[in-house]
Amino acid sequence: MSNALPPLEHYIWLSSILFCIGVAGVLIRRNGIVLLMCVELMLNAVNLLFTAFSTHFQDASGQIFVFFVMVVAAAEVAVGLAILVMIYRNTKSVDISLLDNLKH
Amino acid sequence: MEYLFYILSGFTILSAILMISARNPVHSVLYLIVTFFLISGQYLMMNAQFLFIVNLIVYAGAIMVLFLFVLMLLNLNRETEPQKSMKAKLAGVISAGLLLITLLGALIQGQTYRGSLHITDVGLVKNLGMALFTKFVVPFEVSSILFLSAMVGAILVGMRKKEDKEVVSE
Amino acid sequence: MEIYIAIALLSPVIGFALSGLLGRSLPKNIIGILASTSVLISFICSLLLFNYLYQNGAPIKFTFFNWMAVGNISIDFSFLADRLSVWMMMIITGVGFLIHIYSIGYMHNDEGFYKFFAYLNLFIFAMLTLVLGANYVIMFFGWEGVGLCSYLLIGFWYSNKQYGYAARKAFIMNRIGDLGLLLGIFMLFNVFGTTDYQTVFASAASANATTIEIICLLLFVGAIGKSAQIPLFTWLPDAMAGPTPVSALIHAATMVTAGIYLVARSSVFFVNSEMASNLVLMVGLATAVIAGTIGLKQNDIKKVLAYSTVSQLGYMFVALGVGAYSTALFHVTTHAFFKALLFLGSGSVIHAMGGEQDIRKMGGLSKKLTITHFTFLLGTLAIAGVPPLAGFFSKDEILAKAFYGNGIIVFVLLALTSVVTAVYMFRLYFLTFHGEFRGTEEQKHHLHESPSSMTVPLIILAVLSCSGGILGLSSLFSHHHFINDFFVKTLLNKPIEEPSHFFEWLVLGVSVVLLAIIILVTRKFYTSNSNIPVAAEDETGIGKVLSKKYYFDEIYQAFVQKPIEWISEFTYSIIDRKIIDGIVNTTGNGISFCGNYLRKIQSGNIEYYLLAMVIGVVSFLVIYQLV
Repeated sequence: MSNALPPLEHYIWLSSILFCIGVAGVLIRRNGIVLLMCVELMLNAVNLLFTAFSTHFQDASGQIFVFFVMVVAAAEVAVGLAILVMIYRNTKSVDISLLDNLKH
Repeated sequence: MEYLFYILSGFTILSAILMISARNPVHSVLYLIVTFFLISGQYLMMNAQFLFIVNLIVYAGAIMVLFLFVLMLLNLNRETEPQKSMKAKLAGVISAGLLLITLLGALIQGQTYRGSLHITDVGLVKNLGMALFTKFVVPFEVSSILFLSAMVGAILVGMRKKEDKEVVSE
Repeated sequence: MEIYIAIALLSPVIGFALSGLLGRSLPKNIIGILASTSVLISFICSLLLFNYLYQNGAPIKFTFFNWMAVGNISIDFSFLADRLSVWMMMIITGVGFLIHIYSIGYMHNDEGFYKFFAYLNLFIFAMLTLVLGANYVIMFFGWEGVGLCSYLLIGFWYSNKQYGYAARKAFIMNRIGDLGLLLGIFMLFNVFGTTDYQTVFASAASANATTIEIICLLLFVGAIGKSAQIPLFTWLPDAMAGPTPVSALIHAATMVTAGIYLVARSSVFFVNSEMASNLVLMVGLATAVIAGTIGLKQNDIKKVLAYSTVSQLGYMFVALGVGAYSTALFHVTTHAFFKALLFLGSGSVIHAMGGEQDIRKMGGLSKKLTITHFTFLLGTLAIAGVPPLAGFFSKDEILAKAFYGNGIIVFVLLALTSVVTAVYMFRLYFLTFHGEFRGTEEQKHHLHESPSSMTVPLIILAVLSCSGGILGLSSLFSHHHFINDFFVKTLLNKPIEEPSHFFEWLVLGVSVVLLAIIILVTRKFYTSNSNIPVAAEDETGIGKVLSKKYYFDEIYQAFVQKPIEWISEFTYSIIDRKIIDGIVNTTGNGISFCGNYLRKIQSGNIEYYLLAMVIGVVSFLVIYQLV
């Protein structure tokens, strides 16, 4: 087992692909909960990239930032799901296309 | 070691695609959990031990459980799943593709990124702890306030008032 | 000495201010006396100045302040009292004073009594500015001022729309002439760098001859407008809508002579400009003939006198055209006397008839209105040129100058016009004062002689009309021609041969004989009832053309007014409404339409927003990369 990992470029590829899959998911799905999950996927892809950079430059700041991203993600999921539940209570569905009250 | 990376990343991408295309939302959740496990494996490969364990505990353990919880609470399954038209789906996929191309075009340029990574000690708990409590102690404390506000917010938003009782009980 | 100029100018201004501001609260007589006194003060100042100049004093220049100094051009608000201006000043203030006195009686029952006197005083001030100005710009200032006062006074009884139109017509026609005058002044600035009389006339010889010709032509255009020559004369008969004192003062004695003054003042220029002088001659001649013939068929007292004024002004311009500037001024003086007399007399008649102006409804007034009748007769004799009244001497001199200065054709035409003048004047006289009374019974009871405030000025003017001839006795009777001698340095008269004694006696004899015939014939003709003139509509043939004033008004209406109205209508309805408003409205509508369209972006659709976000990020990155 060598000490070498794949070049940083490959991590960039992986992270970008995962991110864009997440974006595609956000644009494709109509279920609010699944939407939030795709956002989580995007965040994770970014986390991966941060860690890769941190390992490459041997700087702990990258991984610390990942830590804080997770903090924020957790908080966001909590509040987001609470809102979704409220929406469900009001509209009996989590279909986001029903949320068009901002129309003109 | 490198082939392990490629295997892991292949599976990661596969499970991600399955996640976004699954009809049943419960399947999506499960696929996402798998994705998280695989990503955590990536972390372990880079010797980011702390992040590996935290990723598993927080993401796969807490957040996904929360998602599953809400899904079950709202009792959603395959029949009630709303679907978009094929045109919209196509538009979405193409936009994401465009984004991918753009990002890659932007990021893959310099020579800097050609070098291979080496396994370091940066990800060890001790080292991270040192950095966290010296350089980043203020954000750390602030994040506690963030959690507090999130908690209060979630409870306030989701709090049932008297008139909601009739709506849900149908 | 300068102080007299200042007092003479300020006195009417103060009168104007006091009458205008305090007029409502003061009793009518006080206002009348106040206004007349202010003019009297100016008249006394003018006499003092005249005396000074007669004793061979030098012309006085009084600079009030420097009005404008722009670049190389500096215009001073300065006044020049030389022989020409003081002479005009005396006429203006003297006749003006008499007319003010007259107006006290004439306008006695009018509501706007104080306004009338305020305007009259303002007019005196403007006219004095005109004649006393030391440069063309100040003269123009006065020129416009008298135009304004003319407008105000013609439309004095403003509740009648027709009078308002007449006032407007006068003002606009004046304006057309003023354009020429302004252009002339601009050219003067261009050529000489200043319009100061003394400077300009001194350097006139060194300027380009063609330029001087053009300046003369332009100045004459202004004179045409103000002095009612062809083609801008139709406003004067319509201006009779104003009260009679106004007609007497402005449209007989003073304002219309402003054009004569202008040309006389610019004699240095006109003397050397053949073409311009000839044009002046032609225009004056044409006007004299045409206006004279129109007067034959007019039935309104004041209109007859108005056309007579236009005709006499034509005479004056003929004199100017041949280069006999002081002769023209002589005629201005005598004309002021007898025309003011005639107008005031007609005012007295109108007053007695209770406002009736149609001579067909008059007749036999000589018994009831004795003073008016007698003074009017004297005025008629004067204008017809019966020796030894004033009119004879001035007209005779113009005829002589025309014959010797130009040729026989001009002389013959002027002589014929004099015959015509005599005919229509005596027609007017006989129809008004002799024969049977043709008015209503009520008017008959109303007939009375005017109060003394009106008759005294009539008497004074009659005396002046009789004796005014002294000012310019021809070589037949005296070796001294007062006016010619007086103006010898100020006005550059063209050297014209003195008429021979034979010529003088011939003209004298022929005119006496002719006039006697005319008087007898018209008396016979117009005192019998069968020859009462018919209404304008019922005239036939040449009579119709004359009574319709050669259709001048109709021609102007068709060829000038209608096209301008058409252009204005076109500009309004098409350019303004459709094009400009169209552009503005279309822009507004277009933006509103785009707004409507863009509004649909705000669909409230979350998926759409998400897609837009992603596309936005992509585009941003792409553009960033490209740039």
